[in-house]
Amino acid sequence: MLSRVAERMYWAGRYLERVETTARLVSVYVRLLLDLPPNTTLGWRQLLRVLSSHHEFERRHGEPNAALVQHFLLADETNPGSLLNAVHWLRENIRTTRDIVPSEGWECINELYLMSRRELPKAADSGGRFECLSDCVTGCQLLSGLLAGTMSHGDGYQFFRIGNYLERADMTTRVVDVAAATLAEAQQPGQALSNTLWMGVLKSVSAYQMYRQYVRRRVTARDAVNFLLSDPHFPKALGYTIESLGEALARLPNHADSTALVAELPEMVSVILELDLNSAALHDGIDGLQLKLGQIHGSIEETWFLKP
Amino acid sequence: MPNWRKYDSQGFYDELITPERTPRPGAETIAAAFAQLDPAGLNARQQAAERAVLEMGITFTVYSEGQNIDRSWPFDIIPRIIPAQEWAAIDRGLQQRLTALNCFIDDVYHDQRIINDGVVPADTVLSSPDYLQQCRNVSPKYGVWAHICGTDLVRDRDGIAYVLEDNLRVPSGVSYMLENRAVTKRVFPSLFADLEVATVDSYPSDLFDTLAELSPRPGDDPEVVVLTPGIYNSAYFEHAYLAQLMGAELVEGGDLLVDSDGYLKMRTIDGLAQVDTVYRRINDAFLDPDEFNSDSVLGVAGIMQCWREGKVALANAPGAGVADDKVIYTYVPDMIRYYLQQEPLLPNVPTWRCGEADALKYVLEHLAELVVKPANESGGYGMLVGPHATRAEVDAFKDVIKANPRNYIAQPTLALSTVPTICDGAIEPRHVDLRPFILQGDNTRVTAGGLTRVALRKGSLVVNSSQGGGSKDTWIVGNADASNR
Repeated sequence: MLSRVAERMYWAGRYLERVETTARLVSVYVRLLLDLPPNTTLGWRQLLRVLSSHHEFERRHGEPNAALVQHFLLADETNPGSLLNAVHWLRENIRTTRDIVPSEGWECINELYLMSRRELPKAADSGGRFECLSDCVTGCQLLSGLLAGTMSHGDGYQFFRIGNYLERADMTTRVVDVAAATLAEAQQPGQALSNTLWMGVLKSVSAYQMYRQYVRRRVTARDAVNFLLSDPHFPKALGYTIESLGEALARLPNHADSTALVAELPEMVSVILELDLNSAALHDGIDGLQLKLGQIHGSIEETWFLKP
Repeated sequence: MPNWRKYDSQGFYDELITPERTPRPGAETIAAAFAQLDPAGLNARQQAAERAVLEMGITFTVYSEGQNIDRSWPFDIIPRIIPAQEWAAIDRGLQQRLTALNCFIDDVYHDQRIINDGVVPADTVLSSPDYLQQCRNVSPKYGVWAHICGTDLVRDRDGIAYVLEDNLRVPSGVSYMLENRAVTKRVFPSLFADLEVATVDSYPSDLFDTLAELSPRPGDDPEVVVLTPGIYNSAYFEHAYLAQLMGAELVEGGDLLVDSDGYLKMRTIDGLAQVDTVYRRINDAFLDPDEFNSDSVLGVAGIMQCWREGKVALANAPGAGVADDKVIYTYVPDMIRYYLQQEPLLPNVPTWRCGEADALKYVLEHLAELVVKPANESGGYGMLVGPHATRAEVDAFKDVIKANPRNYIAQPTLALSTVPTICDGAIEPRHVDLRPFILQGDNTRVTAGGLTRVALRKGSLVVNSSQGGGSKDTWIVGNADASNR
């Protein structure tokens, strides 16, 4: 398959995951804020941080508030990281690989795009928000399912999956990082805040139900972090993601460099799991994971994509 | 029939309805189906079709204020009907025409017999900017240079179909022909049940077969690619669509290179892979920066030499555009007689060559009644429609012609035929043309019908989608052999 097409499939996979997680995160976060007592340190800033948008937001708007943040994250066309733009780039990558993506897949993303153009600007400041965000999640799942069910699982599909997994690994680690940082910053961490927060974190990656089934205890910080970073069965958990990523890469020609990098991840995770959850070392450990994920991206680019 | 009683094509030939307000042969079912729909019913159907177009993502790109905007493809739901028997004659005429055109192209790049025998003036051929010295004495397979041709047909007031032009460079529109059919099937499934409508769906496999026939490498599994100028090209939708339906790779210039062994390769995730046939959708001028436009980033350096050595097939072949020239067009009937010893089955539109003194004089005197076109432009650019131009525009255009008469031809303003079209809940006549697509390799194949383009503005004759045109599904209805039974 063409290097250029491989690259676009990879980005389609990344944007698909980005659209889904952004929609979930915002949706859960808004609900979570409703559950928290006033004056908690948890605020819009944390949501911006999870989505790596806090610097850009502060540069433009200064102090975050509900309306501004939601508009910025969901519907701001000038914010490269907004959900609206992520849907646009997802569609653009599918549009430019239409020769290999099943046409139902194109129609599916096209409908998601039309819906997001119509509804997201309204959703940013209205009651229809949850419905619209949930439609975004459904649209992504529909596309995933369509491709899984109707596209040959050859190289093109593997690049799509690889994009999925890398984006997901990046997002899951960032969610854990920001949650731990928030607790560490809290004046009086308190059990109630910790509980609510970690429940919210689990929900934001749709992990809460699966967590309850497998952990069978009330939600604690330690268990939640363990589950999110190392569970081998839950699709959004880093453990599962790493394994799937390695498996997808191994199906491609000339994969040695990339799979070697992926093989370093499990050991890094187990070191992190030994750490004290409130320590700066945890943040450093996760930083290390994120750097490694960046290296894996670099290696994929170097091995398979078109050189400028 | 209520909707037809007040339908008035104002003296133009209407494709569906006679001047007596009755359906033409083959159009009875359609006429009956639309006769009973009230404005709300018509609008509902039209909106269903527009929704389908939107959801299927059928778009074309327009450039506006420095931005690329994907617009929905404008589509009208009333199909244009052509009886199969009539179509069979047009089909034969199109095959005859493309065969002669290919003889001509092959001849002018080899022995130039048609010039030496005085049928076509040397100057007319050799001064054409589309005559490429780089193509002299190259011999593409089967002697065929133009493998994909889109020929524009128009029907005049007299009901006769004339050839308006042959598009031999990179004709576009065929994907819309296919998508129009898909939309009609979605909106009017029941109509198909009552009629024998010829299928158009075989086009992608016919195209693939034609391209595969050209492969220089023996074997059953040629690597066919579609070369697009890129994702911002106005026809990118079509390039991707055809590649998808053929199962061919869609490549950009940057994906290709001529390797040290002289063969054309594409960059894949597994290294370089040899390419056999390139269906190129970029113009000659951008094909090879080594030989043409040196700053082109769309093409591939060295691809011309690779093609000359017979290591790759290019469709259409470089230099085929020499027969796409509007002055050369006027000689096509002579070519048919010269190469095939046959009388042309399809007439040309009467045309004055401004390069000839008598004709130039006539054209300058009658400019306000004529349509004047430059020899080498497409898409309706750079032309003058006399009856729709102001006095000043006509006078200004005289100087333009006089500066370079060879570059212009003039034709009478045609009274293009009309087809009933939905306009704000009413059915009104709108002018149409027709672009069938002809494929030629070892075999020749013609689409059943083609792309009907419609000028959606009242009274307008301009059918280009970039200038307010839309399109319709085209149905070849009935059995071509009916008369023999």
